[in-house]
Amino acid sequence: MRIGVLALQGDFEAHRKALERAGAEAVEVRTAEDLDTVDGLVIPGGESTTMLKLLRAEGLFERLARFGKHKPVFGTCAGAILLANDVRSPHQESLGLMNLTVERNAYGRQIDSRIVQLRGEEFSEPLEAVFIRAPIIRGVGPEARVLMEYNGDPVLVEQGRHMVATFHPELTADSRVHNRFLEKVRQG
Amino acid sequence: MNYLDEQFRLKVGLAEMLKGGVIMDVTNAEQAVIAEKAGASAVMALERVPADIRKEGGVARMAPISKIREIMGAVSIPVMAKARIGHFMEAEILEALKVDYIDESEVLTPADEEHHIDKRRFKTPFVCGARNLGEALRRIAEGAAMIRTKGEAGSGNIVEAVRHMRTIQKEMRQLTVLGKEELVAESKKHQAPLELVEYVAGHGKLPVPNFSAGGVATPADAALVMRLGAEAVFVGSGIFKSDDPERRAKAIVKAATYYKDPQKLLEASEELGIGMFGIDVAKLPESELLQTRGW
Repeated sequence: MRIGVLALQGDFEAHRKALERAGAEAVEVRTAEDLDTVDGLVIPGGESTTMLKLLRAEGLFERLARFGKHKPVFGTCAGAILLANDVRSPHQESLGLMNLTVERNAYGRQIDSRIVQLRGEEFSEPLEAVFIRAPIIRGVGPEARVLMEYNGDPVLVEQGRHMVATFHPELTADSRVHNRFLEKVRQG
Repeated sequence: MNYLDEQFRLKVGLAEMLKGGVIMDVTNAEQAVIAEKAGASAVMALERVPADIRKEGGVARMAPISKIREIMGAVSIPVMAKARIGHFMEAEILEALKVDYIDESEVLTPADEEHHIDKRRFKTPFVCGARNLGEALRRIAEGAAMIRTKGEAGSGNIVEAVRHMRTIQKEMRQLTVLGKEELVAESKKHQAPLELVEYVAGHGKLPVPNFSAGGVATPADAALVMRLGAEAVFVGSGIFKSDDPERRAKAIVKAATYYKDPQKLLEASEELGIGMFGIDVAKLPESELLQTRGW
């Protein structure tokens, strides 16, 4: 099982290490050929506008949308924005792999970034959630499952084979969120 | 200093998000929008780009608040702004304005020739320049959450950026092979806290991201510093002092991502037009160097 980490820009190295800690083989993905060799893909944190420009310029946008029709994709922060089908503040294009409405930079600027402890139905032990200039998920479709909330807003959501977090599990030593994604990849 | 401290982790966290990207100097909203459209991962607000500061002289200060505000309102990517070395009041004002990162920068005229800002007491993260490992570790000890090698800003010449990146990488590698008692002597030599010297010896890298700045003018320059170990690139005068800023900005963004791929770098380097003129740094008198500012 090989997991790709989209390495156009952002904290892809942190994700690669987090996946390796969780026992997976992780490779960086920068081209369509790289994408063909992986069973699942992580879209990391970073700047969604930068990633979007590079996806478009390199002809990867459609390839990624097609990849997501058959294989699991996990997006954190900027990655969550790219996976949604409705992006606001300001509006921008996205892959639309999940039925989500996402508002960018919704907590404010860097000074409003924060670390909080969260629990969820399947996370009885508290999970450290690092929010950095994070987006807020303003709405989810009926097919989505909210796994964790913060201040009443969904922050960890899955829909079919895909999953998003508006925080950064890759910046902590806790592997539970990555393990959940690896389980999805195992199931195909 | 506690690297597991929440505040410090958030500061380094944003630097992590900027990796693999290009941070572009801009002086107004129009340039900021061009930078964002070209794929910049952040913009740096300043009054004049380094090449103009060099040409026009005078005191270079924090950018006018109205300009920074205008830039913050024009783009959705992080906005950084420069404060003078040691000018903690400029920094407090920038924090009140809620810029995302503060650059305590040698490009501006220093306000204090002995002390840097105590960056630990701010919630806003700081980036600082460094020419060697000791300087980098002193800035980290003061609370910097990101280091950028200084290069020679506004020169359009990559030679100093290369020198500084190679120096830091070499000094870090050297520490990894030394014994504990030798590290005490190294700490003295580098004029840096032992605790940080030990961190570098144990990890082979800085405890914060290390970016490159000062002289990047082409996609090949950006790829060169990335290959030498930079985790992202700052571009100042190189973009808006060239004849087609938008195209050059896009090309440098592409180069920062595909720095290991010569075919992609060839694509990025085609049809770029004329770059900034540039200066032979070796012919600059010592008094005109920006990199020697910082203590």
